[in-house]
Amino acid sequence: MNMNQQRHMASLYGQLQPGYQGYPQPAYATQYAPYNGPTSGYQQGTLSSGYSPHTTFPSKAPAPDANSDLSCPSLLDQGSVCPPPTLGAPASAYTQYPQGRLQNGHPAMSTEPQRPPISQLYVPGTQLAYQQPQYSAPSTSAQQLTNRLSGMQIGSAAPPLSGSSYVNQHCVPSPSHPPASAVFTSSVTPTFSQTSSPNASLTHGPPENYSGALPLVQRSLSSSSSSSQPPVSGTALPSLRPPVSGTALPSSRPPVSATALPSSRPPVSVTAPPSAQALFSTDAPLPSTVPPLFEGPIPLIHSSYPIRLSPGPQAQVPSSPPVPQAAFGSVHPPPSQSPLPVSLVQQRFSATQPSSFPPPPPPSTGYLPHTGTVARIPSMQVPPQLPQQPMLGPPLSQANHIPPPPPAPLGISGIMPGSQPVPGQGSPMQPAQHGYQSHQNGAFGQMKGPQPGYPGSYPGQENFSGPPSAPAPPPSKRLDPDSIPSPIQVIEDDKANRSSEPFSTGVRGQVPPLVTTSFQVKDQGNASPRYIRCTAYNVPCTADMAKQTQVPLAAMIKPLAELPPDEAPPYIVDHGEGGPIRCNRCKAYMCPYMQFMDGGQRFQCAFCSCVTEVPSHYFQHLDHTGKRVDCYERPELSLGTYEFCASVEYCKNSKPPQPPAYVFLIDVSYSSVKSGLVSIICKELKTLLDNLPRETVEGESKIRVGFVTYNKVLHFYNVKSVLAQPQMLVVSDVADMFVPLLDGFLVRVAESRTVIHSLLDQIPAMFADTQETETVFGPVIQAGLEALKAADCAGKLFIFHSSLPMATGPGKLKNREDRKLIGTDKEKSLFQPQVSFYGNLAKECVAQGCCVDLFLFPNQYVDVATLGVVPYFTGGSLYKYTYFQPAADQECFLQDLRRDMRKHMGFDAVMRVRTSTGIRATDFFGSFYMSNTTDIELAGLDCDKTITVEFRHDDKLNEDSGALIQCAVLYTSCSGQRRLRVHNLAINCCAQLADLYRNCETDALINYFAKYAYRSILSNPTKVVRDSLINQCAQILACYRKNCASPSSAGQLILPECMKLLPVYLNCVLKSDVLYPGADVSLDERAYLRQLISCMDVAESHVFFYPRLLPLQKLDLEGENLPVAMRDSEERLSKGVVYLLENGLQLFIWVGASIQQELLLSIFGTTAFGQIDPNLTVLPLLDTSYSRRLRRMIESIRAQRSRYMKLMVVKQEDRMELIFRHFLVEDKSNNGGLSYVDFLCHMHKEIRQLLS
Amino acid sequence: MATYQEFIQQNEDRDGVRFSWNLWPSSRLEATRLVVPVSCLFTPLKERLDLPPVQYEPVLCGRATCRAVLNPLCQVDFRAKIWACNFCFQRNPFPPTYAGISDVNQPAELMPQFSTIEYIVQRGPPTPLIFLYVVDICLEEEDLQALKESLQMSLSLLPPNALVGLITFGRMVQVHELSCEGIAKSYVFRGTKDLSAKQIQEMLGLIKPTVAGPQGHPVAPQDAHTSCRFLQPVQKVDMNLTDLLGELQRDPWPVAQGKRPLRSTGIALSIAVGLLEGTFPNTGARVMLFTGGPPTQGPGMVVGDELKTPIRSWHDIQKDNARHLKKATKYYEALANRAAVNGHCIDIYACSLDQTGLLEMKCCSNLTGGHIVMGDSFNTSLFKQTFQRVFSKDFNNEFRMAFGATMEVKTSRELKVSGAIGPCVSLNSKGPCVSENEMGIGGTSQWKICGMNPSTTLALYFEVVNQHNAPIPQGGRGAIQFVTQYQHSNTQRRIRVTTIARNWADAQSQIQHIEASFDQEASAVLMARLGVFRAESEEGPDVLRWLDRQLIRLFMFHLRRSPFLQVFNNSPDESSYYRHHFIRQDLTQSLIMVQPILYSYSFYGPPEPVLLDSSSILADRILLMDTFFQLVIYHGETIAQWRKAGYQDMPEYENFKQLLHAPLDDAQEILQTRFPMPRYIDTEHGGSQARFLLSKVNPSQTHNNLYAWGQESGAPILTDDVSLQVFMDHLKKLAVSSAA
Repeated sequence: MNMNQQRHMASLYGQLQPGYQGYPQPAYATQYAPYNGPTSGYQQGTLSSGYSPHTTFPSKAPAPDANSDLSCPSLLDQGSVCPPPTLGAPASAYTQYPQGRLQNGHPAMSTEPQRPPISQLYVPGTQLAYQQPQYSAPSTSAQQLTNRLSGMQIGSAAPPLSGSSYVNQHCVPSPSHPPASAVFTSSVTPTFSQTSSPNASLTHGPPENYSGALPLVQRSLSSSSSSSQPPVSGTALPSLRPPVSGTALPSSRPPVSATALPSSRPPVSVTAPPSAQALFSTDAPLPSTVPPLFEGPIPLIHSSYPIRLSPGPQAQVPSSPPVPQAAFGSVHPPPSQSPLPVSLVQQRFSATQPSSFPPPPPPSTGYLPHTGTVARIPSMQVPPQLPQQPMLGPPLSQANHIPPPPPAPLGISGIMPGSQPVPGQGSPMQPAQHGYQSHQNGAFGQMKGPQPGYPGSYPGQENFSGPPSAPAPPPSKRLDPDSIPSPIQVIEDDKANRSSEPFSTGVRGQVPPLVTTSFQVKDQGNASPRYIRCTAYNVPCTADMAKQTQVPLAAMIKPLAELPPDEAPPYIVDHGEGGPIRCNRCKAYMCPYMQFMDGGQRFQCAFCSCVTEVPSHYFQHLDHTGKRVDCYERPELSLGTYEFCASVEYCKNSKPPQPPAYVFLIDVSYSSVKSGLVSIICKELKTLLDNLPRETVEGESKIRVGFVTYNKVLHFYNVKSVLAQPQMLVVSDVADMFVPLLDGFLVRVAESRTVIHSLLDQIPAMFADTQETETVFGPVIQAGLEALKAADCAGKLFIFHSSLPMATGPGKLKNREDRKLIGTDKEKSLFQPQVSFYGNLAKECVAQGCCVDLFLFPNQYVDVATLGVVPYFTGGSLYKYTYFQPAADQECFLQDLRRDMRKHMGFDAVMRVRTSTGIRATDFFGSFYMSNTTDIELAGLDCDKTITVEFRHDDKLNEDSGALIQCAVLYTSCSGQRRLRVHNLAINCCAQLADLYRNCETDALINYFAKYAYRSILSNPTKVVRDSLINQCAQILACYRKNCASPSSAGQLILPECMKLLPVYLNCVLKSDVLYPGADVSLDERAYLRQLISCMDVAESHVFFYPRLLPLQKLDLEGENLPVAMRDSEERLSKGVVYLLENGLQLFIWVGASIQQELLLSIFGTTAFGQIDPNLTVLPLLDTSYSRRLRRMIESIRAQRSRYMKLMVVKQEDRMELIFRHFLVEDKSNNGGLSYVDFLCHMHKEIRQLLS
Repeated sequence: MATYQEFIQQNEDRDGVRFSWNLWPSSRLEATRLVVPVSCLFTPLKERLDLPPVQYEPVLCGRATCRAVLNPLCQVDFRAKIWACNFCFQRNPFPPTYAGISDVNQPAELMPQFSTIEYIVQRGPPTPLIFLYVVDICLEEEDLQALKESLQMSLSLLPPNALVGLITFGRMVQVHELSCEGIAKSYVFRGTKDLSAKQIQEMLGLIKPTVAGPQGHPVAPQDAHTSCRFLQPVQKVDMNLTDLLGELQRDPWPVAQGKRPLRSTGIALSIAVGLLEGTFPNTGARVMLFTGGPPTQGPGMVVGDELKTPIRSWHDIQKDNARHLKKATKYYEALANRAAVNGHCIDIYACSLDQTGLLEMKCCSNLTGGHIVMGDSFNTSLFKQTFQRVFSKDFNNEFRMAFGATMEVKTSRELKVSGAIGPCVSLNSKGPCVSENEMGIGGTSQWKICGMNPSTTLALYFEVVNQHNAPIPQGGRGAIQFVTQYQHSNTQRRIRVTTIARNWADAQSQIQHIEASFDQEASAVLMARLGVFRAESEEGPDVLRWLDRQLIRLFMFHLRRSPFLQVFNNSPDESSYYRHHFIRQDLTQSLIMVQPILYSYSFYGPPEPVLLDSSSILADRILLMDTFFQLVIYHGETIAQWRKAGYQDMPEYENFKQLLHAPLDDAQEILQTRFPMPRYIDTEHGGSQARFLLSKVNPSQTHNNLYAWGQESGAPILTDDVSLQVFMDHLKKLAVSSAA
C-alpha cells in the first residue's frame, strides 16, 4: 500500500510539486533513510509503514469515510470514485454497460433518461463529496495522491486530473460562473457520471467507458466524489478538500486554479452541484463530445491533463487550454440554460453513449457537450486528425454535433446506437480516448464487443468522471488517461530516487531499482540485480499464503550478464585440484551464507543444514563473531557472485575441454544469392573473424572456425593453412549427414587467414549463377554437429538461412501456414514444431555442446516455429530479417552478427539452481534443454540469455533465516577453460502479505507472465491463456485489496504501489502480437517473438512490452541526458514534434505533419515534410549540433539493447504510421486490443467479481 | 611330329589358337574317353603385324540363329553371287557391294590366309576412352607421393582426348570435379553407405531427382557438360589435375593407435562404377583402383580396423573363420557384374606389405578383364613400371588395350561349346551351339570381356555331340568361328573374326593320328585352367583330389605344387593374384607359371636351361629363374664369394664380370616385356631371398636323402614335400594298378 510507494511518492512529489516536497520530504526522508539503510530491509518496511501511515494511512483513515477512500485510495481512486456512486450505480453501470446493453443498459437507458434527474442529483451530491475528498486527498496528500495516482492508477491519477481539469476549467469559467463552473467541473461531471452511471451510465456507459473509462474513473473520483460525497460526507469534503485542492492544485496545476479549485469547488459541490452540473453537463458535454471531440474540444481536457501531470503535453496545453476554456465558458452558459435533468441526461448520453447519444443530446445539449468535448478533443485529437481545425473545430463540430444531438433524445438515442451512434460515439470516443476518432470508434466497437459488461460498468463511472474532468461534463466520459498510473511517472521517480546512490546488495530482501534506472551495484554478498531479479523479494512463509496471493515467485537469472565498466567482473577463485568446496549433501558451493563452526573446522550448509568438514587446505580461524578471519579476502565468502575454476571432474569425460569452435553455415540457394546476402556475409566475415571472443585483450582467440555453404546439398571447405587454395567438399548425401573432413575444416584464423580470405572471396562468385532454389536445414545442423563431434569440442553454429527447407532430406518441412486456424483451438499447433526431428536433433546438439544461432532471411513463410527449435533448445539466438533488402537491412543484420559473434559466452553449460529448504525451483523458462528436472543444460549461454526460474513452497519458511538461492553455472569459456559461476541471493520471508506486496517488482512479474503465457500457448488456445493471465492478475490484486488495503468501498480499485503498473503492462502482454495477433502479423513473426521473449531479461521485456517514446523537440545538446519519456499513447503526440520510439527490436522516428522547418532541416536536411524519405534507415549526417546529438542518442539507445534496432522514419498520416501506432500500447490496437483505460476498467471489474 | 609342331605353331601365329587335339574324335563317346576335352586356348586380339583391318563390315549369314561371318571355308558360287554358310549351310546372296566378286577378285575374307580378319565398323559417334582413377589416400606419405607422381606421369601417357576422372578415398570417398577454377571441388560420400547408381548420380547432380522439375528440359539429353564435371578430356584438365594430384593430402582423419586407417574401398568402387554406369554406359572405360591396404569399413569391408584382428588367412578361411569374406566377395561380385554389363573394366593396383583384400576384390578384375597388380609399395619400380606398361603402345602407336569386347563362338553341328575360362562374363546367349555340359563359364555362346589386351587368352571347352552311330563322312571337318567385337583403343569399333577347322577322326581306326595331334602344352594349360577354375569355386582338397584323378593320366607335378592350386605358404591375396594371371595369360606365359624356367650360367659354356631341380643348384653357377611373377638371379656359393671378393672389378677377370652380367641382361629382357612386371630378386647362396628359388625346385635332395645322393652336386632342400622322383614312383604304381 503506502509502504511501497514511498519512494515513488517521494520522487513524484519532489519532482512534480516543489511545494509539495516539503510535506513529503520529511516523511520521505525518514522513509528513505531507512530504506537505503543497508542494514535491514525490515527497517524499511517499518519506516515505510510508518511513513505510509502518515501519508496514506492518515488519508486512509479518513478514507473509510469518503475521504479516506480518496486519499489513500487514490490508489483506489477508481474504486473510490466509483464506490459511492459506482457501487450502486457504477457497478450496475458496469454491468449495464457491457451487459447493460443487453440487460439493463438499454432499458435502463430508456427509463433512466427520465429518472436521471433524481438519481443524478442524488448521485452528484455524493459524488461531489467524493470528488472533493478525492481532490482533497490528492491535495492533502499530494504525495499520496501522486503515489496513489501512480499506484492507484485511475484513482490517483484521476483525481488530480479531474481536479486540474477542473481547475483549469474553473479558472476560466469561473470568471463568468464561478460557482457554476466550480460546480461544473466538480459537480457537473459528477452528476453526470453519477447520473449516467445509475441512469445513463447504462446506455452511455458502455461506449464512454471505454474511451473515457479511465478518465471517467478519475473524473468519477473527482466528480463522483463530489456528487456522491456531498450527501455522504459533506463534512469530509470540506476538510479534505481544502488541503487536497490546495495541494492537488499546486502539484498538478499549480498556477491555474490552485486556489480557484478549492474555492470554486466547495461552492460547487455544496451549492449547486446538481443544477450546475446538470446545466453544465448538458451544455458542455453535448457540444464537447460530439463535434469538438474530433477537433478541439477534447484537447482542452487532455491538455489540461497533460499539463498537470506530464511534461510532454504541456506544449499542447497552452494552446488548447484557452480554447477549452473559452469553449467552456461559452458552453457553460448554455448548460445552465437547459434544465438540469435533461441536460444531464443528454450529457451523459453524449458522453457516455456517444453512439446512442448523438440523437439524444438534442440540439441544445448536444451543442454544449460538443463544445465541451471539442475542448478535450483538440489536445488529443488535434494532432492526428484535423490539424488546423482544432480552432475552428469546436464551432464546426458543435454545429455538427448539434445536428446529431437534437435528433437523439437521450437514453433512447443511447440505446439506439444504430443511426446516431456514430456521431455520438465518435464524439465521446474521441474525447475519451485519444481524440482519435477512429480509435475511439474502434475502441468503442471493441469495447462493446470484447468487454461489453465491463466497459459498461466503467462507463458509468467514466461518465461521471468524464464530465467532471472535462471542463464540462460532456467530455468526461472516460477515465482520464493522465489520472491512471503512469509508467513514465514510476520510471522517472525511480530514476530520481535511486540512481544517485549505488545499490548495495548486502541487505537481504531489498528491492533493487527498476531496470530503467541506471545505477551502480556494489556486491556485498548477494548477486547483483543485473544477474538476478526476482518477482518478489519477500517470500510468503507458507505455501498457503503464496497460493492466496497468486504472486508467482520467480527469479530472472542472467548468469553471464555484462556489467557496466565501473563494476568489477566476478572474481575467479581456484580451490585447487580438489575443486570448489561444497556441501557434502546438497552440493551447494561455498558461499557467504555457509556458517563456520568448531573454530573453523567445519561449516554448516545454509541450504540443507548439513555439516561438512573444511578441507585442511581451506581451513581458517574464526573471529569472535564466528566469521572466518579471511572472510573478506575470499570472494566466495563475501560476495554474491564469483567464479570457480573447475577441476577435471567437472569436465566431460573427465578431460579438459578443447577450445570451442565456430562453424559458419551459409545458405547459397538462389534467393540468398540474389538478395546479395551471400556476398554481404562473406565480406563481413573477413573482418569479423579477427574479432572472435578471447579471454584476454591480447593474443589470438583460441576459437577455431569452419565454413559450410549449402543449398540442397552441403559444401564443406578445407581451409588448411598449407593449401594454396581452399577445397570444396560437396556432400550430397543429406539423408545421412556426415563431416567429410576433419583436419582442415576447423582451423585457427591466424594460421589459415589467407586461405580463408580466398575462400570468402570466391564463395559469392562460385554461386553467382546458381539456379538452385531448394534448401535443406536439418542436415545443415547435423553437419555442424558432426563437425564438432569429430573435433571433440563444443561450439556454436551460425546458420544463415533463407527459405523453408523443402528439399528431400531429414527435417524436410511443408508449408503449413494456415491463417484459418488462428483463433481456434488448433492455433497452438502452429507454434509447435511441425516434425519431431528437430527436437531430437536439439538433444544431440546439447549433448555435444553445440549451440545454434540462426539468422533467417525469409521472403515467405519459413516455419520459424519449427526452424527455431534447435536454436531454442541449445541456448542459441534467433534473428529474423523478413524481406531482406541489403540497402535497408544490411546494417541491422551486420550489427547483430557482429555482436553475436563477439559476445561473451560460455559453452556446454549446465546450470543448477539450489535453494534453501522450504522452496524449490519447479519451473524454468528460457532457451535451454532439460533432461531431468533440475539441470538446465545449455549448449551455449551468452551474456544476453536469461533464464526465468519459478519457485514453489515445499515447506514452511522461517522469517529469520529467509530464503537462499544459489545459481551455479558450469561452462567452458571461450578459451576452453572450465569454469563455475556462482550467484547467491538471499531474500526475505514474510508472514504478512503486505510485505510481499511491498517488496515485489512489476517488471519482473511481467517478464514471468509473458514467458509463462508464451509457453502456455503451445498447449492452450490463446484466448484461454489470456483469460488465465487476467484472472491471475486479478487474483493478485484482489488478494491485496482484500488483505492489505484498508477497508473501502468495493467500487474502488486499489492497487498495491509496487504493482500499480501491473494492469498497464499486463495489457501490453495481452495485446502483444503473440497472444492477440492482428491480421497483418504473420505466423512466423509470432513464433519468432515468442521465442525471443522466452529468453529476455527484465529490461528487455519491459521495453518490449512498453516501448520507450521520447519526444525530440528539445534535446540536451551538450550532455547525454535523454529526454523524459512519454506514455505510449497517440493522444500525446503533437503534430509539431518529432518522437523517437523503441522497443528493443525496432526504432521509429515519428514526424508530426506540422513539424517546424527548422527541426526538419536539422534532422533530415530538408525543408518540406513531404520530402522526407520514408525509406530512410539512417539519418543524414548533418553537421548540426541537433543532428549530431540525435544520432548520438540513437547510438546510445542502440547500445543498450542486445539487438540492433533498425531505424524507421514514420511520417504522420503516412501508411507506415499504422505500424507505428501498433506500439502505442496504451491505445486501442486496431485489431481489438484494449486501451489502457479500458483494460483497467476491465481489471477492476474482474477484481470486484473476485471480491464479491 | 614335325608337321604337327609346325601346324600348331602356324595356327597359333595366325589365329592365336592352340587346341588340345588337332584331330577331333568324331563321336561323343570317344571324345569323353580322351579325358582331355576338345578345347583350345584362344587369344582374340593376338597381335598380327600382317593383318591390316579392312574398312568394311562383315557379311553375315542370313539365318537368324546363325549369323556366321563369311569366311574362307565357305563355298562360294561366284557366278550366282551366292555363298553357303559352312555352319548352317544356308545359301546367302552376296550384298550389292560384292557385285564385282569373281574367282580372281575375291574379298580378303575369302582368302585362306585370312582365316583371321579384322573389320572396322562405323557405328555411331566414336566414344572416347575413359580412365577413372580411384585412389586410396590412406597411404604412408612416401607411398602416396610415389603414387601421385605415377598418376601425374600417367596423364602424359593417356590419349589426349581420353576422359579422365579422379576419385579419392579414405574414410570418405571424394569424387573430384575437374573443370572448376579456383577452389578445388569434390563431392564427398560416406564410406559406409552403399548407394544405387541413381542415387549417386543424383547426389553428383548429374540428374535431377525424381521427375525433372517444372522448368527443366526432359532429363534425357545427358549432355556432356554435366558428366564432364567429373570426367574431362585429359588435354583440357591435365594442368588442373596435375595440381589436384599434387595437393592430395593423406586422409585427414586421425588413425588411433592400434587401428588401421578406415578405408572405404568398397564404396569408392561402387561410386566409380555408378558414376560410369550413369554417364557412359557401354563405353570403354577403365576404373583403376590404387589401394594400399584392405578395405576396413562399409560394404566390401575385408577386415575391421582393429589391428589386433589380423586379416583372414587360408587357415581362417578353411575354418570358416573369415567373417567378412563371403559378404565382401558377394559385394564385389555384384559390383563387377554391374561394371561388366556396362562394358567397364576395373584394374586393381594393390601395393602393400600386407594383404589388401585381393581375394575378395579379385572378381572385379576377373570378371571385367581388368588388371591386377600386386606389389609391396607404390614406391617400387615393380609398380611404377608395371603401371607405365599399362599404357604401352603397339607398333601402330596405339594402346595395347581394347574395351567392351564381346566374343561369340559359332560351331558346326557336331560340336558345341561348353564354356570358357578367362577374364570374361557370360552374356547368357543361348543358341544351337551351346552345350548343356558346362565347363568354366558356360551356358552361353557369347562372353563379354570388358578389358583386353593382345595377350589376353581364353580357354574354351567344347563338347563333341556327334553320336557314335552317326559317322561323319571321311574328310569331314568341323569348324569353329570366333567373332570378337570390341572397341579399339583408338575408339574405333572393330570386329575380328577367326574361323578354324579341324578334321574329324574315328578314334577306333585313327587313334594314332589323334594321339599324334595331341598338344601337350596346350592341354596342360587347359587342364590347369580347369583346375584353377575349380579351385576358385570349390574347396581346396576336393580340387586336388579331382586333379589327382586326372593327373594320373597327365603328369603335372609342377602344377600340383604351384601356387595356383596349393595355398600353402601363400596368402589368400597371393593365390588370387596368381590365379588371376594364370587364367588370362597366353600359353607360353602360362607354362612358365606352371613350370618355372631355370637357366644356368657358367664358365663351362653358354647359358643353358637346366632342370628345375635341386640338383641344378651348384656352387659355381649363376641361376636365373623365371616364374612369371618372380625373376630370381641366384649366385652359387663360389660365385658369390668371388663377387664379394671383387674379382669382377679386376681387369684380368673381365670374363667373370661378363658372366655376372649375362643373367642380368637376360633378366632385363624379360622385365622389359612382361606384364605385370615380375618381382626382381638378386640373391645368392645362403641369402634369405634364395627361398624363392628353393621353394620352386624339385626337392630331389632333401635332408632325408641327402647322403644317399652323393655330395658333389646340388643343394639340399629342407622340405617334406615329395620329390619328382617319389612322385613318379607313386604314379607308376598307380598307373599300373588302376589300369586305365
